[in-house]
Amino acid sequence: MELKDLLREKRSLILKKWFDLILETYPSETSSFLKKHKNQFSNPVGHTISEGIEGLFEGLLEESGTDKISPFLDNIIRVRAIQEFTPSEAIGFIFLLKKVIREALQREIREHQLHDELLSFDSRIDDLVRTSFDIYMKCREQIYEIRANEVKKMTFRLLQRANLVKEIQD
Amino acid sequence: MAKPTKPPKPEELVKIDYNPPEKPWMEVPVEFKPGTFCYGTRPKYLEEVGLPNPREWSPTDDDWKLPSDWKDIVLDGIGERLKKYRSFQLFMDICVRCGACADKCHFFIGSGDPKNMPVLRAELMRSVYRKYFSTGGKLFGNLAGARELTFDVFKEWWYYFYQCTECRRCSVFCPYGIDTAEITMMARELFNLLGCNTDWIAGPVANCYRKGNHLGLEPHTITSNIEFMLDDIEEITGIKIEPTFNRKGAEILFVTPSGDLFGDPGTYTCMGYLMLFHELGLDYTWSTYASEGGNFGFFTSMEMAKRLNYKIYAEAKRLGVKWILGGECGHMWRVVHQYMDTWNGPADFLEEPVSPITGTKFENAKTTKMVHIAEFTADLIKHGKLKLDPSRNDHLKVTYHDSCNTSRGMGILEEPRYILKNVCNHFHEMPEDTIREKTFCCGSGTGLNAGENMELRMRGGFPRANAVKHVRDSHGVNMLANICAIDRATLSALMQYWVPDVEVCGVHELLGNALVMTGEKERETDLRLEPLPGKEEDEDV
Repeated sequence: MELKDLLREKRSLILKKWFDLILETYPSETSSFLKKHKNQFSNPVGHTISEGIEGLFEGLLEESGTDKISPFLDNIIRVRAIQEFTPSEAIGFIFLLKKVIREALQREIREHQLHDELLSFDSRIDDLVRTSFDIYMKCREQIYEIRANEVKKMTFRLLQRANLVKEIQD
Repeated sequence: MAKPTKPPKPEELVKIDYNPPEKPWMEVPVEFKPGTFCYGTRPKYLEEVGLPNPREWSPTDDDWKLPSDWKDIVLDGIGERLKKYRSFQLFMDICVRCGACADKCHFFIGSGDPKNMPVLRAELMRSVYRKYFSTGGKLFGNLAGARELTFDVFKEWWYYFYQCTECRRCSVFCPYGIDTAEITMMARELFNLLGCNTDWIAGPVANCYRKGNHLGLEPHTITSNIEFMLDDIEEITGIKIEPTFNRKGAEILFVTPSGDLFGDPGTYTCMGYLMLFHELGLDYTWSTYASEGGNFGFFTSMEMAKRLNYKIYAEAKRLGVKWILGGECGHMWRVVHQYMDTWNGPADFLEEPVSPITGTKFENAKTTKMVHIAEFTADLIKHGKLKLDPSRNDHLKVTYHDSCNTSRGMGILEEPRYILKNVCNHFHEMPEDTIREKTFCCGSGTGLNAGENMELRMRGGFPRANAVKHVRDSHGVNMLANICAIDRATLSALMQYWVPDVEVCGVHELLGNALVMTGEKERETDLRLEPLPGKEEDEDV
């Protein structure tokens, strides 16, 4: 029995617990809303998280590259980067997967002596955190870029009229 | 909360939570976090319009430099408004906390902050109302859901009533029809009794009062901005357009938000208007005085909104026009449709609007004498008065965002869609629960379109962006059309963050692309001076 088989077997349980733990990072009134509503348009945050962690979990099991996993991470972190979380809270939800796996598979891991496999799976989770940091920073930089662009847009016509806009030739 | 009907399972029993219960919402003080609130107004803006308590201040200051009797001013202000507006009294009394509105607010959905649930946002004020204006609250205080008005409470109000865009989506779902927007309006009036407006609202108000428009454009700037657009139109179509300004005796006065005159992509929409009016040979004029359709006074107080709105009828009277045509704007139309006639009417010096091209009587504008350009243009198309080539928009896959004010505020739902379906070949609706009366707000209306609150704007706009993302993924949508100047500015920012390959435009920009004008040269580019479909390769020849 390999760890991956166990993870596949308990996939829905693990995903549910991971989802619930992530939602606990929100106020209780909010987490019950995020949990209850399944419609992707009336509850985009809940939907983004649940779809995102499914993709991440599959990616970890398949040992997919960053390019495949990144879009799922991006979707979740893009939301948390503009909500009231500190940077560590915004990306800390990934570590919760370690906790969930240990709780869900504690007995089996011991029985089948899967500690080495667990360590290597943990490293892959750590890799996700590394990528998350890049994504979080990109999101935050974008916010400031958008702010700067809005100011530029407001003055562009003015500068254009005063002949102060020059196109850079290739 | 209801007690569990089943005994807990063993694994639930071992999960004992030793933490004390969270504080009730009334006891959680507000914390001003950067990115979520707008700057406080500079004193000069208040001085220019004669509003009280002008001084330098910031919402993050411990001392907001309020007058010593601020509490009496607020409570008297509430009392006065309860008497003046029956709706306010009703909305303070009738909520049964059914929760139907709770999850309908884009700010709650996007932020997850429970105080953004419309019911709780209103409760921030209701709790104070009960304490001072209801017998139960006076007698039983906290037990009756009542609380004292303290400086912390006032700060909390300020924080959350400037996190409501008065979009009225919650009111669509309220079984009693409670309009949280009106509660927000009352709160903002109270803030203005103490000089606590935001800089982003107070600045445009002062500009508009002194110069006629939010941006503070003076007459020569308005004309030269439009001339700049005319040069672009000539380059694209070979046609020189010569509109008139402040012309007495014109049949129609055209009023549009000043955002259309200055910032992209609003300017492209404005080019669309200019081309359409020229092609029709419309007897109309621009005004450099009534040069603003929008009304940030509406986000300040009813009195200020009335003052800023007055110039439209005054200018129509001065110029001696027959009726008024209005450009693509959101809150401008809520003001025109629901308030202008009461405030500054009756406009009995004007005539009931009739399209000079089709003869259609706009009976819906019988009292205001002001017609929305989407109605005007849809009527032209319906009567076959425009020659259109929708293939010029074939590079665009378009979806339509209903602005809160035009959809929920006045029911303009079909006209813009009708225009779009006639001027482009690829049109895809967003999912049902996110459009028409149930449209999601851009997240930046009611003067929340500042830069310093960008995180808040991204939260509030997430439900809208999420639906756009859906049609981008399923239909390849790359253009988000709308009929609101604030949308054109703010959805651009929203798309950059959430759905970066989707651009934003006004409906009349696409009309301008498709409009086949008499005597025009073969078009090579769209109004953005980008090559039309099939013309791209010519560039390299």
